[in-house]
Amino acid sequence: MGLLAILLIALPAAVGPYALSVATLILYFAYTGQAWNVMMGFAGQLSLGHSLYVGVGAYTAGALFFHYGIGPWAGLWLAMLLCVAFGLVIGFLAFRFGISGVYFALLTIAFAEFTRIGFDHLDWLGGPGGMFLKVAQRDTWDVLNFRGPPLMYYYSMLFLTALAFLICTLLLKSRAGYYWQAIRENEEAAQALGINTFRWKMLAVAISAAMTAVSGVFFAFYYNNLFPHEIFSMNRSIELILGPVIGGIGTLFGPIFGAAVLTLLSDGITEALAALGWEIPGIKQVFYGLVLLIVVMFLPHGIWPAVAKKLKIHA
Amino acid sequence: MSFDLVANVVIAGVLTGLVYGLMALGLSVIFGVVRVVNFAHGEMMTIAMYGATMLFAAFQLDPFLAMLPVAAAFFVFGYVMQAGLINPFITRPEHSQFMLLVAVAIVMVNAMLMIFGPDARNVQLDYQLESFEIGKILLDKARLYAAAAAIVAAAALFLFFRFSLTGKAIRACADNYLGAKVVGLNVKKYYALTFGLGSACVAVAGCAMALLVDVTPALGPYYTLLAFVIVIVGGLGSMTGALLGGVLIGMSEALAGLFITPSAKSMFSFGLLILVLLLRPQGLLGRRS
Repeated sequence: MGLLAILLIALPAAVGPYALSVATLILYFAYTGQAWNVMMGFAGQLSLGHSLYVGVGAYTAGALFFHYGIGPWAGLWLAMLLCVAFGLVIGFLAFRFGISGVYFALLTIAFAEFTRIGFDHLDWLGGPGGMFLKVAQRDTWDVLNFRGPPLMYYYSMLFLTALAFLICTLLLKSRAGYYWQAIRENEEAAQALGINTFRWKMLAVAISAAMTAVSGVFFAFYYNNLFPHEIFSMNRSIELILGPVIGGIGTLFGPIFGAAVLTLLSDGITEALAALGWEIPGIKQVFYGLVLLIVVMFLPHGIWPAVAKKLKIHA
Repeated sequence: MSFDLVANVVIAGVLTGLVYGLMALGLSVIFGVVRVVNFAHGEMMTIAMYGATMLFAAFQLDPFLAMLPVAAAFFVFGYVMQAGLINPFITRPEHSQFMLLVAVAIVMVNAMLMIFGPDARNVQLDYQLESFEIGKILLDKARLYAAAAAIVAAAALFLFFRFSLTGKAIRACADNYLGAKVVGLNVKKYYALTFGLGSACVAVAGCAMALLVDVTPALGPYYTLLAFVIVIVGGLGSMTGALLGGVLIGMSEALAGLFITPSAKSMFSFGLLILVLLLRPQGLLGRRS
């Protein structure tokens, strides 16, 4: 652990700008996957609409900056607040009406799609043409407005990932964590033991939404452009959950490990294809999909548990 | 806005909706029996549409005739996919099945992109421009035939499940997995058969749809979502529900396109979906499990 931390902190000194951007992307997916994992991995509620929280978070902080010049440090809180509100509304409706499993997953997709189309018609936020944040000075660290060189984004994402890891470790060992796992394994039994499953599931949704909102804010200020059909799309939701699913749902290292494996894989495929001169649109994703298929078939619990077993680590 | 215009739009919506309904019927049958949500459904629909456009380009084959070879190929494909890929997953948790089919969908949609490129393709036949006139109501010939084909295919499937011995066996597998095994049914074989039948439904719907819209790879994910909306509204696992859901969604899309703006049309579908999930989670015609 300590070694890994030192390695990650020292990484920018050793690698070029491209590798740094890949590392930032890995951390972004690791963090967001960790956030999703709270809901699915811990409490067993399958959300396929997490792009909703990324999008709402990104647009909230982005719009405040775009229209009023208010930096992300204020926008962050509003973004989290809004996402928690969204999450609680969806959670309330779903859990009160007893929607679970496949139906819950489809409901989360429906809300994300509904919001996507709604944002497409909000001219104040740029509509389908997108919203663009001013690309600012790249040399100085303007922490207040979260504008700066790639290094700043790398370290902030590293900090967020470490923080999320810590939060999740604590959560998993807390009363909530045990209640969630009881609900995940058998909701009726948990209820029979006197756990207010509704309340604890709502808590999982709220925490997951708030954490995902932060990754949305990061997204807005890192990429500087927001399009509803991209940020809210179902593909985005799937992209976000591939890390934890491939890495190992419900584990602490799974989302991080999965994000690294998938990002490097996708990068490796791009480079291998470029080296071979096979640059047909779509070919990369075909290979990616095939690898995904093989992992899902042969490692049903994800890669991390298998690796941990080999290394004899309990995680 | 005149009454005739609205009536025309509604009728066109209903006819397209029947084709949607047949597509969703495939999803519903598969879910009802195998209990797996086919996340690659729209991608399969799009492949069928490409099948129809290719057969037309190569042999000038009318998509209504192309339905037979495409459906046969899809039946075999679906059977093999269930037997080889999905059967080992039926005892795994939902998210695991979901990932499997998402991976299949990613491969499918991008393979289409590789093979056919991003440009739209279509079928051009004389009767696509013709229509029947009944008073002030205009019925597009292609749309009417497509809807008729959807009804015929759905009726055939319905009769098969209702009266044939194999159909009864499949329903037994759907009702009680263990019970079906106890009386000696080869449940996994019937699952494969069901997936094959569901795929054949999609094939017919895809060939019919190729007459109505241009096909691009991007339609895949869109149709997957559309099929989800329809089966949830109609009731997952209910056959008549899927058709009814298709008609409702087809109509609401057409009306939203007319009264508000075409780009907002699916907002109504998703709004309807949310309402149905909250008020009647088993769907309009579904039974509570």
